[in-house]
Amino acid sequence: MSEPATLESDAPLRRTPLHSLHLSLGAKMAGFAGYDMPIQYPIGILTEHLHTRSQAGLFDVSHMGQGFLVGRNHAAVAQALEALVPADILNLAPGRQRYTQFLDETGGILDDLMVTRPADPAEDGVLMLVVNAACKEQDFAHIEAHLPAGVKFMRAPHRALLALQGPKAAEVLARHCPDTATMPFMSGLSTKFGTIDCHVSRSGYTGEDGYEISVRLDKVERMARALLAEPEVKPIGLGARDSLRLEAGLCLYGHDIDRMTSPVEGSLVWSMQKRRREEGGFPGAERIQRELREGASRKRVGILPEGRQPAREGTEVTDANGVKIGLVTSGGFGPSLNGPLAMGYVDAAHAAVGTPVQLVVRGKTLAAKIVSMPFVPHQYFRG
Amino acid sequence: MSTRYTKEHEYVRVEGDTGTVGITDYAQGQLGDVVFVELPEVGKKFGQGEQAAVVESVKAASEVYAPVSGEVVEVNSALEGAPATVNEDANGAGWFVKIRIANAADLDSLMDEAAYKAYCDSL
Repeated sequence: MSEPATLESDAPLRRTPLHSLHLSLGAKMAGFAGYDMPIQYPIGILTEHLHTRSQAGLFDVSHMGQGFLVGRNHAAVAQALEALVPADILNLAPGRQRYTQFLDETGGILDDLMVTRPADPAEDGVLMLVVNAACKEQDFAHIEAHLPAGVKFMRAPHRALLALQGPKAAEVLARHCPDTATMPFMSGLSTKFGTIDCHVSRSGYTGEDGYEISVRLDKVERMARALLAEPEVKPIGLGARDSLRLEAGLCLYGHDIDRMTSPVEGSLVWSMQKRRREEGGFPGAERIQRELREGASRKRVGILPEGRQPAREGTEVTDANGVKIGLVTSGGFGPSLNGPLAMGYVDAAHAAVGTPVQLVVRGKTLAAKIVSMPFVPHQYFRG
Repeated sequence: MSTRYTKEHEYVRVEGDTGTVGITDYAQGQLGDVVFVELPEVGKKFGQGEQAAVVESVKAASEVYAPVSGEVVEVNSALEGAPATVNEDANGAGWFVKIRIANAADLDSLMDEAAYKAYCDSL
């Protein structure tokens, strides 16, 4: 049997502060974005995935990059960030969070990120950023290279990040921080978990209700153990994180979006608010506004294979006549869907929901069709 | 009847000139939850070490190699509807194909149970 391919370099792997906890829980570890991370625990990816959708799962995402933009007021930091991303940050209300992308001069996506404006008026003029682990060094250098006068960027390597996701997440977290129970999806607040200071946002990357909790490195293990002691909570590895986000139709940077794709091609127009779409003023605005007017030549879509066979990343997509029209960028098996699923890019002419397509897997042709995403309905708490 | 093993964690259980091929319990543990198995057609011929099947877990696809050369005489079609059988009973009901062994000398290059166990312990 062949070993699944990995794309890791031989550089020594970094560890999150929960590394020894993962080992003690029996995790199977592997390199991801330069970190030695838990891929799965003994119950396995399938059970971890289904547990997250029915109860609550705890994810260590401390490898992700955290940092703060700091300026004299909100307008100053919003303007600094809007020069790099196509979302409306200026009109982001206190305590609210937004998903956006760093763009290069051609409108290609350098990374995707979450931006939170603190709720506390005393923290006005601060934006909290969470970026992908694999991109964090480049992202931080990119931000620092484009800072206007009066705005600083502070990396936060002293902070860890946990995600608690699933229908029981709210009930579980409320036992430790009651003020998180009613906060709506895409909001954030500073609070205490017992006696531990932390910042909680109601967001995540599974499609479920849940939270991401930013906490100091030296406090994260105590918090993780307290959450794992709750009967509804199991530790979940990166394997299930990937199948959960794929069912939720969410992009994995470096696979579903990258420097070669624009937010319009990537079907991320929803993340660019009207003011920015109209005014521009972000890198690559000319191309992106043209694509908004005329349509992009290709588009990220959901692809549902018929039958049971998964089509993995790199699988060629063809039309009914076998002519190549695109490529799968993420594909696999959805445990909640109980079947194969994929996303990828196809030529705009074939991107309509319901279009029949074919997938070429190991020389054989599988029937499939273009579907809307998510594959499994989102369960966000909107208050 | 004897069973022989490859370093790639396939087994072949030999009965007369027929070998039942599958992946070992160690292999299914490494793979995790099996969600799909692609089997060859009856009548297909393989050389030793050639790709005979594909087994897919939630996270990846892995090739399964023929431990011996020969011709496929039967495939385990039950795996189509119940791929998790590979996890539950890799050495028994989770077998992949039966091969008519073309060259019994192929077996000499494979490990016996004790050698395979020692090999797994060394990994």
